[in-house]
Amino acid sequence: MTSQSKQQRVRNFSIIAHIDHGKSTLADRILEKTKALTQREMKEQFLDAMDLERERGITIKLNAVQLSYDANDGEEYTFHLIDTPGHVDFTYEVSRSLAACEGAILVVDAAQGIEAQTLANVYLALENDLEIIPVINKIDLPGADPERIKQEIEDVIGIDASDAILASAKQGIGIDEILERIVTDIPAPAGEAKDPTKALIFDSLYDSYRGVVAYTCVREGSIKLGDKIRMMATGKEFEVNELGVFRPTPTPLKELNVGDVGYLTASIKNIGDSRVGDTITLANNPAAEPLPGYKRMNPMVFCGMYPVDANKYNDLRDALERLELNDSSLQFEAETSQALGFGFRCGFLGMLHMEIIQERIEREYKIDLITTAPSVIYKVTQTDGTEVDVDNPSMMPDNQKLEEVQEPFVKATVMVPNDYVGPVMEICQRKRGNFLDMQYLDDNRVNIVYEIPLSEIVYDFFDSLKSQTKGYASFDYELIGYRSSNLVKMDILLNGDTIDALSFIVHRDFAYERGKLIAEKLKELIPRQQFEVPIQAAIGNKIVARTTIKAMRKNVLSKCYGGDISRKRKLLEKQKEGKKRMKMVGSVEVPQEAFMSVLDLNED
Amino acid sequence: MTISSAYIHIPFCQQICHYCDFTKFFYNERLADEYLEALENEIHTYIPLEKAKVKTIFVGGGTPTAVNHSQLKRLLKMIDEHFDVASCEEYTFEANPGDLDEEKVRLLKEYGVDRISLGVQVFDDQMLEEIGRVHRVKDVYTNVDRLVQAGLTNVSIDLMYALPGQTVEHFEKTIDEAMQFDLPHYSSYSLQIEPKTIFYQRYKKGTLIKPPEEDEAEMYELLQRKLSRAGVDQYEISNFAKPGFESKHNLTYWNNEYYFGIGAGAHGYLPGKRTINIRPLPAYTKQAMADGKPILHEEPVGLKEQMEEEMFLGLRKTEGVSLSSFKHKYDREMVDVFGQAIPKLKERKLVQEEKGFLSLTPRGRILGNEVFQEFLLDE
Repeated sequence: MTSQSKQQRVRNFSIIAHIDHGKSTLADRILEKTKALTQREMKEQFLDAMDLERERGITIKLNAVQLSYDANDGEEYTFHLIDTPGHVDFTYEVSRSLAACEGAILVVDAAQGIEAQTLANVYLALENDLEIIPVINKIDLPGADPERIKQEIEDVIGIDASDAILASAKQGIGIDEILERIVTDIPAPAGEAKDPTKALIFDSLYDSYRGVVAYTCVREGSIKLGDKIRMMATGKEFEVNELGVFRPTPTPLKELNVGDVGYLTASIKNIGDSRVGDTITLANNPAAEPLPGYKRMNPMVFCGMYPVDANKYNDLRDALERLELNDSSLQFEAETSQALGFGFRCGFLGMLHMEIIQERIEREYKIDLITTAPSVIYKVTQTDGTEVDVDNPSMMPDNQKLEEVQEPFVKATVMVPNDYVGPVMEICQRKRGNFLDMQYLDDNRVNIVYEIPLSEIVYDFFDSLKSQTKGYASFDYELIGYRSSNLVKMDILLNGDTIDALSFIVHRDFAYERGKLIAEKLKELIPRQQFEVPIQAAIGNKIVARTTIKAMRKNVLSKCYGGDISRKRKLLEKQKEGKKRMKMVGSVEVPQEAFMSVLDLNED
Repeated sequence: MTISSAYIHIPFCQQICHYCDFTKFFYNERLADEYLEALENEIHTYIPLEKAKVKTIFVGGGTPTAVNHSQLKRLLKMIDEHFDVASCEEYTFEANPGDLDEEKVRLLKEYGVDRISLGVQVFDDQMLEEIGRVHRVKDVYTNVDRLVQAGLTNVSIDLMYALPGQTVEHFEKTIDEAMQFDLPHYSSYSLQIEPKTIFYQRYKKGTLIKPPEEDEAEMYELLQRKLSRAGVDQYEISNFAKPGFESKHNLTYWNNEYYFGIGAGAHGYLPGKRTINIRPLPAYTKQAMADGKPILHEEPVGLKEQMEEEMFLGLRKTEGVSLSSFKHKYDREMVDVFGQAIPKLKERKLVQEEKGFLSLTPRGRILGNEVFQEFLLDE
């Protein structure tokens, strides 16, 4: 068999779907049909490996599996199924894994139709020039309306859906047809075996034994064991000491040829040297140009993370360093808060990314965290002309020193049933949004587009959206750049002391209202102390809201419980435990959740 | 090692109060007969031979007086057969005003009971009904008269405060009316909403609203002021007495001394362990009949726990905990064992050290839990 004909029988593809529309189940069925897994190896939903991913029903890390399929034409084909994360925080990773494919299976729920995230990913696929095979899934469920969904795919995405496959991944319906269509519809990878090597890194992870494992798709040329490779973005060079494919367990090979999708290791110690989107070439015969599309991803959302127990500071640093090995978009640097002591300012791609990192630290590294409310990066011009980037609200210069403050804006797309257009627009307005566009997708569904400051998105936009639309809204956003806004820093004072960890940036027009709400919220969250604690919200020296936590007046168990001392003990232990979870800020004991209170103001 | 006291639990009630989470069941003659049989078996297992000498006996409930005459007699008799009542310094029965007919009073007197604790709670018929009590204010008058006439003059009444809908003024009326009896002893407890009670369900649904913490504190302070002015001194967080009439039984708990806990759901403290009896009536009865040891669970009490309890129980007393007794009992200095807590609490003016005793300040008394938790030692 010549390598030319082998390349003709390779198919590289992804599956695009909204959460719950059945991507993982479909992937499992494909793996079963191609006998990639024996029944015993078959864990439900093989591709979502991390526990956290399983729990959240989302995919965070990508995976690429090589499958072998005997097609109806009598030939044996090699499939590479490349998994993509399903969340807006990871749009760039999605775009790079799609760049490793020639085709995509678009899975749409037969009852629910297209959702905003699906649409965003389909556009990414179209940008990458992929062949799209529409699959209407869950046709066995009541409420399935494949004809309506076909029409929707044609109207919304603008691709021909007349030959969409009707499937039920759960019941195994339509799977054979999908496999055949992968063969017939998706082109074999182009690229020349004899050209200088270009291999796309579409994911990488850190393995404590082997160093960085780069997931790669060879677009031109080939890579052999022992080759000296060069990362084109960083210029760093390494020697390949292992390469292979996933079947689905890692299977070492001697060579990856054009069209192959697999992995390599090369004693790379720093994940920053194997960046997603970078191009691998050979040091002794380098390609002239890298593959297009490489971007360095910068964090968009920042928060302070502090250990509840100050003695865990070093443990927290270790945890962040370990997570960073595997996550080049996580950034952190040490910071000190007067209120919270020593901790780290951490940067994330988005809110989900932030929540995942927090949860992993608490769960895998067993460190109780106090997290401050998330912030974005503000670009500040001071009256003396100097410019600074501010990622921590407490570091915002005094209001009188501000010449101009710019904040990041996003284009937010919300897809929602007709009945909820009013509430969605109301939320967008309240979140300082500028209306851009509204399209009717069909009789019932509407696509609403707004420009909104990112800081409003990181607050409680998605939660408001979900609660106001009974969960029907789906949502996606993309960064569109910085705009000037009339922003001020609001400080919170407890017992007369400014608590740096509670400062936040707010639009001047909303400052009074939000100051009042947060003061009330803190009053609710902070338990009575042995003395009265005034809570104030201030802009500079001006107090804009004020309330008071009354002093604790009585806390003593009067009952004698007929000599039941164990019960008294338990009650006291519980009270003591509760106190341990609080942070002493000046003279006030503040519970963890108070530092996130700005996120939960119930402005609705 | 001597056991100072005995607590005997009678879990029957004519009606279940809305706030009560003690072990209690509706009174039923047959069940009460079986229960007494089981109770005797348990007592007999603890005290198989000669009569036990204890300082105090306390029969509580439930309502010990909810049983019928012959059952009450049987109960008194079995206690008399196992305990040396004559040498006992204090023998208390809890009673519900309204339950005490002349015959019951006569029986109690006959068998040497010398102290009665009456669950009066509040002098307001409507509020009594709202908290699920069966007795009415007039019953308090007839019962106290009856007791005094029989020579049972050492009577204590329980008052509750911070009840739903209760104001400071309302509680003041109750205090005033209670004080008119000029009794030697008063106890007063604020309402605690406990799980598995009617009040808890109402509280969770939002239909029960407790008075604000400010009012509750004011009621407590008012109670302290009024009784103290009348020469009824506070000797413990919730207990007040004329000099010499402090409840010796309750002091057993606060002095961290040993006591038998007998009956369904009863708690005892024996050398090295606290005992917790089986609560459900049929299970208790079955086990007590089988081997006389109806114990659900025993919690070991080590030196650490003993020292902690010495403090968080002892500090409930107005006099506090004696530094020298502590040293004598544990062979360690209190200020060394609690080297962190004591200076901190002194600085916060919650405790004071006077004449060799560490005690709560008035402010510490109303914020007692803030103090007590500081005496839980880290592992």
